Formats: sequence, C-alpha cells, structure tokens
Amino acid sequence: MRAPLSWIKEFVEIPAAITVEQISDALIRVGFEVEEIIKQGSDLTGPLVFAKVLSIEELTEFKKPVRYVGLDCGEEATRYVICGATNFVVGDLIVAALPGAVLPGDFSIGARQTYGKTSNGMICSGRELGLGEDHLGIMTFPEDSVKIGGDAIAGLMVNDVIFDIAVNPDRGYALSIRGIAREVAGSLGLTFTDPVDALRNLTFAETGKGVAAKIADKSTASVFYLRTLSNFDPSATTPLWMRRRIEKMGMRSISLVVDITNYVMLELGQPLHAFDKSKIKGGLTIKRIGKVQPFTTLDGQVRQLDPDDLMVCDDEQPLALAGTMGGASSEISETTTDIALEAVRFDPICVAKNSRRHRLSSEASRRLERSVDPSLAQYASARFVQLLTENSSAQHVATVVDGEPRFAPIVTLDPAYISRILGFEISPAKIAEILRTIGCDVDEKTFDVDPPSWRSDLLTAADLTEEVARMIGYDKIPSVLPPRPLHASLTPTQKRRRAVAAMLASRGLAEVQTFPFTNQETIDSMGFLGERASTYRIANPMSEEFPLMRVHLVPGLIEVAQRNISRGARDFAIFEMGSIFRSSQKLVPFISPDLSKKPSQKIIDEIFASVPPQAYHVAGLLVGKIEKEDWQGKAPSYTWQDAIAYAQEILQLCNLEWTVKRSDFAPWHPGRCAELIVDGKAVAHAGELHPRIVAKYGLPERSVAFAVGLSALPDSALVRPKTVGTMPAALQDVALIIDAKVTAAEVESALRAGAGELLESITLFDRYDKLGDGKISLAFSLAFRAPDRTLTGAEVTEMREAAVAAAVKATGAILRTA
Amino acid sequence: MNPADIASWISDAQKAFAAAADLDQLKVARLTHAGDKAPISLASRSLGSLSVQEKASAGKLIGDAKAEIANALASATQKLEAERDKKVLLEEVVDITLPVQRRHRGGLHPISIIKNEISDFFIEQGYAVEEGPELESGWLNFDALNIPADHPARTMQDTFFIEPVESGVVLRTHTSPVQIRTMLTQEPPIYVICPGRTFRADELDATHSPVFHQVEGLVVDKAITMAHLKGTLDNFARHMFGPDVTTRLRPSFFPFTEPSAEVDIFFNNRWIEWGGCGMVNPQVLATCGIDTDIYTGFAFGMGLERTLMVRHGITDMHDIVEGDLRFTRQFGVGL
Repeated sequence: MRAPLSWIKEFVEIPAAITVEQISDALIRVGFEVEEIIKQGSDLTGPLVFAKVLSIEELTEFKKPVRYVGLDCGEEATRYVICGATNFVVGDLIVAALPGAVLPGDFSIGARQTYGKTSNGMICSGRELGLGEDHLGIMTFPEDSVKIGGDAIAGLMVNDVIFDIAVNPDRGYALSIRGIAREVAGSLGLTFTDPVDALRNLTFAETGKGVAAKIADKSTASVFYLRTLSNFDPSATTPLWMRRRIEKMGMRSISLVVDITNYVMLELGQPLHAFDKSKIKGGLTIKRIGKVQPFTTLDGQVRQLDPDDLMVCDDEQPLALAGTMGGASSEISETTTDIALEAVRFDPICVAKNSRRHRLSSEASRRLERSVDPSLAQYASARFVQLLTENSSAQHVATVVDGEPRFAPIVTLDPAYISRILGFEISPAKIAEILRTIGCDVDEKTFDVDPPSWRSDLLTAADLTEEVARMIGYDKIPSVLPPRPLHASLTPTQKRRRAVAAMLASRGLAEVQTFPFTNQETIDSMGFLGERASTYRIANPMSEEFPLMRVHLVPGLIEVAQRNISRGARDFAIFEMGSIFRSSQKLVPFISPDLSKKPSQKIIDEIFASVPPQAYHVAGLLVGKIEKEDWQGKAPSYTWQDAIAYAQEILQLCNLEWTVKRSDFAPWHPGRCAELIVDGKAVAHAGELHPRIVAKYGLPERSVAFAVGLSALPDSALVRPKTVGTMPAALQDVALIIDAKVTAAEVESALRAGAGELLESITLFDRYDKLGDGKISLAFSLAFRAPDRTLTGAEVTEMREAAVAAAVKATGAILRTA
Repeated sequence: MNPADIASWISDAQKAFAAAADLDQLKVARLTHAGDKAPISLASRSLGSLSVQEKASAGKLIGDAKAEIANALASATQKLEAERDKKVLLEEVVDITLPVQRRHRGGLHPISIIKNEISDFFIEQGYAVEEGPELESGWLNFDALNIPADHPARTMQDTFFIEPVESGVVLRTHTSPVQIRTMLTQEPPIYVICPGRTFRADELDATHSPVFHQVEGLVVDKAITMAHLKGTLDNFARHMFGPDVTTRLRPSFFPFTEPSAEVDIFFNNRWIEWGGCGMVNPQVLATCGIDTDIYTGFAFGMGLERTLMVRHGITDMHDIVEGDLRFTRQFGVGL
C-alpha cells in the first residue's frame, strides 16, 4: 500500500519539525513495515513547463519514428524539439523539459544537434520524470487543465514523499489513506481528522427512480448502497490533482467515473463499482449464480463461473464478479451518461473464494477479503456522488439501500489480562486511553470495549492486548528469561542420527541436502518396483519435471554427484539424511474437527494416522578414488567393499548385530549388493550401483552406494560388557576349500558355531580363487581365550577341529592341508 | 700382583676408551683393555693360583679395577652411541612440509551444523527438541493454528498440496504443526523447539528456496509473558550473532499468535528481519485443550537458511541447496 505524505497530511496535521524518517519509524513502531520511502522529485530540477504542441514534422529518413515538434511554451517564439514518441497530436498539452533542466538519473537537458535539427528541450513521459514506471508514453493533459508555460513541477505536484507500506492481512482498514493517516496520528500523538466525519450527514436530493438493489442472502453481504446518477457528460475529464494522486498510488488514470471510484477506494478503503445504467435490465441483486456459465470480466477474459460464485446480477444475467471485478457488458464506456454506483460490504470469505477460484486478485478483492468498514458503503458512495457531481454535469437521481451494516460485538475486557500477557503493569486508565486512540468506545466501569466500525479484527482480549502493546511500544516490554525447566536432552533417535552424521563427516563424506522431489522417469530408471516405486504426487508442483515425492535418497545423491562432476570434481564421497515418501497408505478424506475445544482422543489418533509414515534414511554415494592421488602415489578406487563397510559401520555405531546376504535390489548391481538384516528385517543395502545407472548418469565406472533405513533400526539395548580376560589367547589357522557359490558368511558362521564359547574372534586372512574347478580357498585365523586359565594345546586343537567339522558339515568345505 | 700395574691398566683403559673416535675403535680398545686377553682379565684368571689370604686382597683389588674399567667403557659407549645416533638421525631428515593429506575432506551441511548448534543451546536451557512429519495433515498445519480455509493468511504461505487434495495433506509450510502435535500429546509445562524442513511454492532464487528449514520455539507454562519471549529471543540472538547484537520487536500478524511481532536484529550496522513471534493465541491453546485461565505461552520461529546467510554473509541461496562440495567442506563438522 502506497501513501503519499501530501495526502496523509490532509487528515493529520504534521508539524514541520517531524522528519520523513520519524514518520516512517512511527509507522514501523505500530506494525506497518515501510518497505520503501520514495522521495519523488528529489532528483528533478527545472525548468519544466507545460506546453502546447503546435506542429509535428515527421522525419521519415530514419529507421525509427522521429518527430520535429514545434511547441508553445508560453514564450514569444515557437520552441522546436526532437521527439521519438508518437502518442500525441497537434493541439495536445504536454510537459517539456527546457535546457538547464536535470531529470532523474542525472540526465541534463541542453540544446543539442540531433537528426539534422536543433532540439531545444525534451517532451517528457511520466517515467522520464520519475513519476512511475507505468507511464511509457508522453504525458498529455486535457484542454484547459494546465497553464501553458506554467511550472510543471508545481503543477504536477511532483515533489512528494511516498511511503510504500506492507499491510498485514488483519489490518484491511489500513489499505486506505484514511487508515494509514490514523496510524501516523496515533503513533506520533497527533490529531487525526477523519474524512468520514464530513460525509456522515451528506444527503442528496431524490429526483427520480433509482435502480433497485437487493441482497438475496444477507450472509453474503450485509449492506448494499446503489446510487443512480444521470446527465453525465462522458467527455468530462479527471482533474489533474486527482489524476496525480491516483498515479502516486501506482494506478493509472482511466476516465473520470472510474478514477473517482478508485480515488474513493484509495482514500477511504471501500471498493466501488460503477455500472453503465443503460446496460442494466431491471434491478441489481447480489446472489450466488447457482450454475455454470461463461462470464466476461472487464479485463476481457472469459471465465467459467462456479455455481458458488457470488455475483451482482440484473434481472437477466450476471454483471459483476462480486467484490472482485466488473463485467465487460456493463462497464463504463465513452458514451455512458447514466451511472449506477455500487458500494457493498461483502462477506470477506465470499470475496476470497471468488478471487481464489478465478485466480483474480484485484485492488477491490484485496480490500474486501480483509474486511472493509461496514459503515463505509454509505459514506464512500456518498463521496463518489459528491466528487462526480462537483467535477461533471452528473446529477444524483436516487439512492437505494438494502440491508444494514453489521458491526463487531462488544468485548468485555479484564484490564489485568493485558498486564498478565505483556509482563509489566499498565494501568486501566492508560489502557482505556489507548483503546480510545484507536477508535474504541470504552466503558471504564465495566471495561466493555466497543471496537470501531473499521476494526472487525478486534474480537478478543488478546486482540486488544496487541493494540495496547503496539501503541505503548513493543520496546517498552521488559526482557526476562522464563523459569528454567529441570532437564532435557536429545532423544536416543536424535543422538543416533547426529552420531551417524558426525561419523560419516569425519570419515571424509560431505553431507548434502537435496529437494525431496522426483519424477516417474527417475523412479523407473532406478529400477524401483512395487511399493518402492509408488509415492505421493504434488497437486501443484514447482515444476512438472518433479511432481513426485522421492522414494529413495540415492537418486538425489546421483544428481548432486553429476553437478559436482560437471564442475570439475572427480573423486568424492557424499551422504544425505532425510525422509523418503513411499505411498504405503491411501490418504483418507480431510478430518476437520471443531476448533473451539480439544478433539477427542479418537479423532486426534485418526488425524495422526491420516498422515502417512515417512521413513528416515541415510545414504551415501562414493565415486572415483578413495583418496587423492598425489606425490605419494596412486590411490585405489572405491569398491563395493567400502560401501558395505560404511553400512556396517553405521549399524555398529548403533550397537546392533546383523547378518549379511546378497541381494538383487535396485538401484544396485544384482551381483554386488549386500543386504544387512537386523532382527530378521532388511535395514540396509550397499554395494556397487547397477552399471546401467552408472552409465545413464555418467558416473565413474563402478561407483558405489549405501543406504540405511535409520527409522527401521531397533533401539540399542543397554551395553552389558563381557569381562575382559587377561589369560593368553591361542591362535589357530584353518584353510578351507569350498565351492565358490558358498559365501564367506556361511563358512564363518559355521566355524563360529563349531568353535564354541571360547572363540574370541575370527579373521578371514586369505582368500584364494585360482584353484579352478569352481573352488576357492578361505583361510581363517581363530583366536581362543578362556577367562580363567591358559588353554592347553589339546583343548585348542579340539576346538579348532570342532570348528572345522562344523564348517565341513554345513558348507561341504574340505580342510586344506599344507 | 702389583697395585701400580693394576692402576696403570685402569688408566691405559680409560685413555684408550676416551681416545676412541667411534664405536668401532671403541670395540678394538675394549678387546685390548677389557677383553679375554686384557691384562686385567689375565690377572683375574690367575687369582686361582694364589693362597687364600692373597686371594682375598688381590681379588678385591682386581674386582674394583674391573668395575672401574667397565664404567669407563660404559660412559665411552654411551657418548659414542649418542654421537652416532645424532649423525644417523640427521641423515634421515625428511621434508615434513610435504603435503600429506590424501583422504577426502568430509563435513556436515551448514544447515545441520546450525540446527545442532541451536538445539544444543536450547537443550542446555531445558527445552526438548520435537520433530514431526514433512507430509502433514492440513488440519495440523493450518486449521488448528487458527488459519481458516479462506482467510488471506492461508494464501500468505504458498502451499504444496498432495493428491488427492481432498485428503488435506500438504507439505508442511512451517514447523508449527509440530507445536500442535506437542500440545495435543503433552501437558504443560511445555518447553520445546521444533527444527525441521519446510516447503513453500517459491521459486528458487538468491534468497528464496521452495525447500527450506525453520526452527520454532514454544513455551506453555503458568505466568508466561511477552517479557519472557523477549528475554528468550535476546538470549538466543546473542548466542547466534554475538554479544553485541540487539533485537527489536515490531508489531505484526500471525493467526496463531496474539499479540504478534516480527523480531529484527541489529547486526553489521543494519536492522535485519530475523523471524516471527508472539504470545500463543488463546484460540490455539483452546483447540489443544490447554486451560487458558491457567496457562499462557509464547512461540517464535525463524528460518535456518536466513540465519545462516545473515551470520556468515552468504549471498546466494543456490550455494546452500546445490550440494557443491567446495561450499559444504568449508564448514567442516561445525566445531
């Protein structure tokens, strides 16, 4: 919302000693963020004069239009200037910058030779004068509206300060100069003159029959003022002062009638709509359209109406999308002589729905959906009649009213509540004073507070507390720490996540965070199937390229890897932790319990259950060499072993025990993927990525990855450590020849089972696969230790033989003899 | 066995050992003066032929002499070994300035680092860290927070909706639904922070990202006031931005707080918008079944990306979201 200081000053007497910055601070203090202070005219110096176009010579020998224009600048001789714009004709009044003038952007005007002529000045557009970005053409003015040769800087009221203010959605009243001026006055302790006061007793003589006005359903609009005017001369033009104010607000001057509707809206905050009365069949009714039909709004767009759309209709058809935009069929035209002016206090939700359904946010809907002062339908429409009759030949015919304004109820306030919330004492007298400043009526005995008509947001004691706080100043609130609760710590889950991240980061993996969006092509190219491929779709994604929620972390890591590779990285390791979204459950219809009290436990449980489970994973991608190659020599590449080791180390960090088995699992290489199983549940996969994926995404060959479902891991049990034995360990080596199809895990597990309780550790120290015949040799070192004695040779041999026997039995191994 | 002879053997040995220039020469000297054929050794072996009385006196004489020679040898050996070591170790000198780090440098994402830092700060003050799902019920994300369906406040946050839209499931637009979940499941006193990932349909540019992170705080207890909110934010701001930072509360609007405020910080000589805050709207407390006659509460929330960008002088959001290792590695593990 823009607000020119010159307009604010019409309603607040601001002493000269108060600076623009102080006004800005005063607005910020009471909750109006000043986003920009535009000091219009500060970089413009004259001479700048109004002039009349006397002659135009088109210089046709150039590639673009060039005009040599003769101007009457109120001087004896005609002044000639070169101009590249074409939106003016002989007889038009324009603004000319004369030599010596400096325009915004430090653009000095001088007499100069150009296009073979001497140009003695410049014809200006609004943009060149710094009056706004919208004005692309030369500014022209109606006949007699400006004085030829007169100073245009004064005439155009150029020198002004414009505040650009962010207005919060609860303060619809401040989308008007009236509202902003009231806040300036309140914040600075100055006197505010309400422009509405002058309109309260304004009445107009009834000279005929007005257009009928009706609200079909009073829940959609409380009050409808319809003012009929006639005898309007459509050649009437907008007075320059009004046009300039509208322009300073960032809008464009269109025609006198439309300009006045906009002017009154900007001044008071009530949107108005003017119909060409001759286009209205019968009377006007505000009603839901109740059916689907096309409707052309005055921006020329044909819109398909929804049965629920609130419309202003005549006896035959809809004429306006209520509170949002008028229709093309009844808009004010160059031939309109009779006018029906609508001012309605629409229900904010009805307007919000109109606006949302048609994706049409207008100056009117923006105000109406934030609530407009219900008393304004009367006053703003009166202001329109006043301004139109003063500035044209139009005459008031009749005013028809349906409904009546509904105001916010009285709030009974306990003044102690305010101190209780703010944390410092404020006397009831002070509270009453402040509430009166913002327009409330306050009964100091009962503390019944009647909010002003424009503050439909003041419904509760909490709302009034904010008003008191902001007018006193938030800076007056003391700074005190709350009482300190006894104890808190991270949950075991949170600690575990942190430990995993810290472990990976300190091992040389860099954490990345990717957007959790994906697409079907990625899911398919990864080879995900069934439940692992199904996910939730975003109804309104940022881009149609990524409409789905991710089902796995590895694709995101691949994307980041590609980006890093494209920027020159070769060897690196990255990881990500985050949620994945597999649509294991069908979404149920929205559960929406009453908000006035806590829902029942059953409903709460249903709401929680309506949110699908979202697994939390950690995944890593390792590409290229394990280490940097440098003067110390070459480095090996990451292998499937590294990926599996990381997955196992994560489980180890969580104090869990697991078993390993080979798995054909996307997106991994079907022969080189390990599945780690904890408590019978597959919780992690690791190994080499599928060669097809590596090739498709241009990763280094044999890139490897791991993924661990952290949320699937059981809690770690309290550690119950075994006593550390101090007796000597006995080492025994065994070499076994096995079929290559038998896994190392199977052999090791059999050895463990056979070796008995005194086996302390087992290490595979050699693997030989050149035996041929589909056989390989695995050599293990077994360490035995008893807690209470040195083991005898006989005991150790017996245990080794038992271990070997178990392996032979379970895996068909043959003991290899030296 | 002449004592004078013995004295000269000692002195000969001492001289010879002292004269040895290196361990090899010392070895020769040792053989000569302390070896099997050395006079002292020969004398020692001849003791057996002496009478008992002579044996006692001569034995002592020779024993002392042998000890003295052994001492001389030991000290010479020590000295020469030290000299040799010094020389050899000098020859083994390497250039320890050579680059030795071959392992890849890892690191946590700066958002994780700042999240951990904030969590630790509040845990230390007795706050628990609560988390919630990213796909969230619209009722928890909006309605329970006093953001009705057709209120302009709902369009303040451009929401991603999940199909079918009738489910009301959304990508949470803030971490506030975690506050609701907490209040629906826990009794006051409640002291929690809720860090997490949030979503709004904003185009990615230098300062916005459709996927970003927030941390929110919620306190519900007896006699909690806006002064407590201010104290908490002052403390938090000093922790994040240093002891000289000052804060400012500015009236604002959020449906779930009343009164509401923006919190600004004065940092690097300018006011910067940091986050939003306010006293929990009694309507929201009532929806969560908290007795508003007994309890009041405050809440605040800020963006982690914004906090990070302001504090570290990061000017482009792309650096935070793209996962370029050159960016992330600069933060290490956040110590």
